[in-house]
Amino acid sequence: MSPPGHPVAVRFDGVVRRFGDVRAVDSVNLEILDGEFFTLLGPSGSGKTTCLRLIAGFERPDGGRLFLHGADSGALPPYERDVNTVFQDYALFPHMTVEQNVAYGPMIRGVPRARRRRLAMEALEQVKLAELAARKPAQLSGGQRQRVALARALVNRPRVLLLDEPLGALDLKLRQQMQVELKALQRQVGITFVYVTHDQEEALNMSDRLAVMRAGAIEQVGAPGEVYEEPRTWFVASFVGASNLLTGPVALKLMGAPGAYSVRPEKIALHQAGAEVQGGGDRAVLDGRVVEVAYLGALSRARVEIEGGATLTVVLQNADAGHRDVARMQGQPVRLSFRRDQVRALEATEGAPA
Amino acid sequence: MTGAASSARRRLSSFLLARPRLALAILLAPPLSWLGAVYLGSLASLLVQSFFTLDDYTGQVVRELTLSTYGQLLTAANLDIVLRTSAMAAAVTVAAAALGFPLASLAARHARGRMRALFYLGVLLPLWSSYLVRLYAWKLILAREGVATWFVQRLGLLGALEAVLELPVVGGPSLSASYLGMFVVFVYMWLPYMVLPVQAALERVPPSLLEASGDLGARPAATFRHVTWPLAFPGVVAGSIFTFSLTLGDYIIPGVIGQSNLFIGQAVVIHQGTAGNIPLAAAFSMVPIAIMAGYLAVARRLGAFHAL
Repeated sequence: MSPPGHPVAVRFDGVVRRFGDVRAVDSVNLEILDGEFFTLLGPSGSGKTTCLRLIAGFERPDGGRLFLHGADSGALPPYERDVNTVFQDYALFPHMTVEQNVAYGPMIRGVPRARRRRLAMEALEQVKLAELAARKPAQLSGGQRQRVALARALVNRPRVLLLDEPLGALDLKLRQQMQVELKALQRQVGITFVYVTHDQEEALNMSDRLAVMRAGAIEQVGAPGEVYEEPRTWFVASFVGASNLLTGPVALKLMGAPGAYSVRPEKIALHQAGAEVQGGGDRAVLDGRVVEVAYLGALSRARVEIEGGATLTVVLQNADAGHRDVARMQGQPVRLSFRRDQVRALEATEGAPA
Repeated sequence: MTGAASSARRRLSSFLLARPRLALAILLAPPLSWLGAVYLGSLASLLVQSFFTLDDYTGQVVRELTLSTYGQLLTAANLDIVLRTSAMAAAVTVAAAALGFPLASLAARHARGRMRALFYLGVLLPLWSSYLVRLYAWKLILAREGVATWFVQRLGLLGALEAVLELPVVGGPSLSASYLGMFVVFVYMWLPYMVLPVQAALERVPPSLLEASGDLGARPAATFRHVTWPLAFPGVVAGSIFTFSLTLGDYIIPGVIGQSNLFIGQAVVIHQGTAGNIPLAAAFSMVPIAIMAGYLAVARRLGAFHAL
């Protein structure tokens, strides 16, 4: 229960965490709201796991302040925080049964045996594993261990649940299934979830809001649609989905002002060479030649070299076209067009292709 | 010529590759025959000897199976030897575990790189020099005029040392002539055998388990009790097998340090050497084996080998 006037579950206020000379978390400011599914998205080494460990209390901030539900908590040890973690390697106790693992938190809190047994079984039912309660973790599959880890954290009814790439070790089908289940579970229990992943699809699929991290800093925070449709930097545009970068003379010609711009491959329409493009001044039109085409089943991806030497990637629905039609596009002259309002001006282009 | 030799070698290789069982048998024959004939064979002959008896008049071994030699073990003097040795082995084991565990967790959890190398050197270095040299060094250290007494004196605690030496059983005229001194030397000698298995066990505990325990609300002491200790316990048992059995069987340390009362190892030496009573020596030798078997059975019941 969050007291009124404190809808913020977790607040980073200029938090710094150094390892030697490396600033793993570099002056991060961030607010995670009570009850939301928040994702920290970034490549490995971007500081997302360190942020999670700061919330859990496994790391202490070297600078700045960390608030949990309004209280300055940076110096609290993990066992005094109303926060639980689902570890990347699950961290199940190998010498205990599944039930003992789940009942560990209640046992530590001194809940009587019969009651903690019931709590554990309820939590295991929630993740559909009640029948495996007597097994040892070594006798479970990866997906089952993941569920036990989840039950062990949720049984404590924490105010914030931290998940460190919990689906990373699972195969694709199971991962997709668990994404749906996790999201449903989060809605059901209403606990704040802070989720760490490097998988942009997972982040877009599950999050209420997400933060894209890079080199210890947050590049952009927003709802999945905002971050995808309105990337602020080239890093965000290229890490969350794929994008085309427009710079130099091409950008100047198309957009009428110098700078760096991003346009998503699926926003670009591909026409026959010389075709009349409707929409007039709202649409940018370019001529080019298909240099490479890949058939991907539902979609095809074409790389088109445009006048001025740049290459744009275009994604096409294979609605009317079959794989033979797609193959015939190779080497053909084409015309491209896209709405100018689908193009985003970027703030910075560090790490962008030259 | 070489071509013929190499083709013969190649034929032999493919012959063995196609018959993995034969290759395994060839590899295992020497160690297994050593284990079977030399090791288990002599152990069996020891067992058989312990069921013979010595004729008191002729001094000859009577080669008839009897329990009378084991009966002699139960006489007050011999039982004393067994109990004294077992008590010392138990005390040494407990002390080695108490001292070794923090050392091992330091090495397993905190030491990195150079610190770690120093740790291994510190633990193993004593084993590079002769056991006898170290033992006699300790005799000098613990002697009445030795450095230990001098140090205690400098601390102004000579009175305390003397009070301890006045104590019955553990005391004596000086540290080197007391069971306390013998205990110190035993712990020193066997400590590495406790530290290394415990360290290996602790290293197999992923740090995330300790974090998970704290995350679930456990203070460090509770984490130790519920997670670290149960997972390190097999290592402690492995170490205690060394410290316990080495103490049970040692006959040199009790001869150099401590009082003149016998330990099992010394009894074995005396009975098979000077007294020529091979059956009683053999019966004494069976005592540590029996104690260790019982010890392992208890450890097994406590779940020491579940995590292996």
